[in-house]
Amino acid sequence: MLIAADLAFGYPGRTIGRGVTLCVSPGEVFCLLGPNGCGKTTLFKTLLGLLRPHGGRLELDGRPVAGTPRREFARRVAYVPQATAATFPFTVFDVVLMGRASALGSFERPSAKDRQIVRETLSQLGIEHLASRSYTAISGGERQMALIARALAQRPAMIVMDEPTASLDFGNQVLILRQILALAAGGMAVILSTHEPGHAFACADTVALMCAGGIVMTGTPDAALTPETLGSLYGIEVAVARLAGRGVCVPLLHGRP
Amino acid sequence: MRDENFPEGSLPDAGGGRNRTGWIAAWLLLAVIVMAALAIGKYEITLAQAFHVMGAKLTGASSGLPPTVETVVWNVRLPRVLCGLAVGAALAVSGAVYQGLFRNPLVSPDILGVSAGASLGAICGIFFSLPVLAIQGLSFVGGLAAVAVVYALGSLARERDPVLLLVLAGIAMGALLGACISLLKVLADPYNQLPAITFWLLGSLASTTRGDLLSILPAIILGLVPMILLRWRMNVMTLDDEEARALGVETARTRLALIAAATLMTSAAVSVSGIIGWIGLLVPHVARALVGPDFSRLLPAAFLLGGGYLVAMDTLARSAAAIEIPLGILTAAVGAPFFLWLLVSTRRGWA
Repeated sequence: MLIAADLAFGYPGRTIGRGVTLCVSPGEVFCLLGPNGCGKTTLFKTLLGLLRPHGGRLELDGRPVAGTPRREFARRVAYVPQATAATFPFTVFDVVLMGRASALGSFERPSAKDRQIVRETLSQLGIEHLASRSYTAISGGERQMALIARALAQRPAMIVMDEPTASLDFGNQVLILRQILALAAGGMAVILSTHEPGHAFACADTVALMCAGGIVMTGTPDAALTPETLGSLYGIEVAVARLAGRGVCVPLLHGRP
Repeated sequence: MRDENFPEGSLPDAGGGRNRTGWIAAWLLLAVIVMAALAIGKYEITLAQAFHVMGAKLTGASSGLPPTVETVVWNVRLPRVLCGLAVGAALAVSGAVYQGLFRNPLVSPDILGVSAGASLGAICGIFFSLPVLAIQGLSFVGGLAAVAVVYALGSLARERDPVLLLVLAGIAMGALLGACISLLKVLADPYNQLPAITFWLLGSLASTTRGDLLSILPAIILGLVPMILLRWRMNVMTLDDEEARALGVETARTRLALIAAATLMTSAAVSVSGIIGWIGLLVPHVARALVGPDFSRLLPAAFLLGGGYLVAMDTLARSAAAIEIPLGILTAAVGAPFFLWLLVSTRRGWA
């Protein structure tokens, strides 16, 4: 369980947000929405212990995140960054194998067991066929899947995904959402950010709306994602309706500017 | 761009005989280059004679050849060839480490200012007429200091492109150190020190002795140890810093160890050979094209290629023309066009 209470965060010498309180339990999908530049990525980096909190409390399973050795932390929480182009053409297999780093000592190399875990993870995500492809030569959607596989190879209890559906096509977005639901069903806690409120309706248990470094609203998708909250968050008019059993959000193009 | 030995279809963990054949071929090629380098030169020696001398010296038997032949092979050419191997391998391996750590296939000991820093250190040593060991020590300190400054500048740029800043900082650092070197050249004694400095800056293995070899070997082996131990972790270090930390790697410590190791090797190499450019940039590219980016294969590949390439170039340098061609000139003349060809012909990624 990850708990943040009155958390202030930011880069060294520059606080970006404060007063963040949230709690994510096993099996829960926690979805963060907010306009560009509101501090979602910075908050994630703080939750992951990559940036020091500027104030407040941040605990993972009752222990402060700051000061936890990286290796120990990485065995419990994995990070799926936005899929960027890599510098060197590692194979997808080798990229996913890097997820085993936290299970190995500094001088250790992956064993047959680690390779077996990678194979299992690849087949769990249905991407065995990518194993020997070069990470630099596959599509953005395939890269995102490879990064999710790398995170799962860490065998974590919680996974933090920074805009996992960004720049993916319609079909790949659904593949990722299905994967998130499957992980949560297996007891994994998932924290993600998205720019598509419909995705929050589709997969989230809890939605937090973020604006200018603070969380302005937390609740179930139905409670948090209303025309009023989304309208004030993004400065546009939004219609929210139900379709195919879940909520969908449609921006109105001729509303207030 | 991948070698036929590692086709796209082969599973990366398959290993197998074809890889081994490639490695055996590489070792054999290196042995051929070394033997040829022992035989080729102003004083004519046949390949068979070179073999005889080596065999006799290694087994302690008598070769039955004229003592001049023995002296040329064993005392003159062998130390130079072994120095070439060590220097070439050190430059290539440390280039591969720098490129991986800085996540940039265009960095090399030259661009990051290591070479310039090490040069300035060594030239200070020559300028103050210090003993060889002190010259090498200063060379190491100079190289490490230059990398430290460039690296600190690069990590200041949190919100700009850190890689671009790193390369630009390295260029500025190189220019600054170059200015200091020029100043020392102006101040140096034009009869004793200046020729030594100039010759040293052009890069050469001409005056290497067995003592040089013995003085750089410990540093090169010491530098290799962390690289070999961290050879898998090095792969993770090629990721974005935050990604690597999220995967459970204490990047600050690991990076420091690897940079110190690569700088130690570069500085040791530079301290006996002077500035030999392009090997640290070019050879890792070729090695990556042959065996892929996995550091546990890249390290030995860069080691073998770098050593073999420099020995071949040095043999060319001392036998191609009536006078000896400075080695740095030759590696640049061969390396730069080859690198351009590599850039143009690489289809995707930095293969």
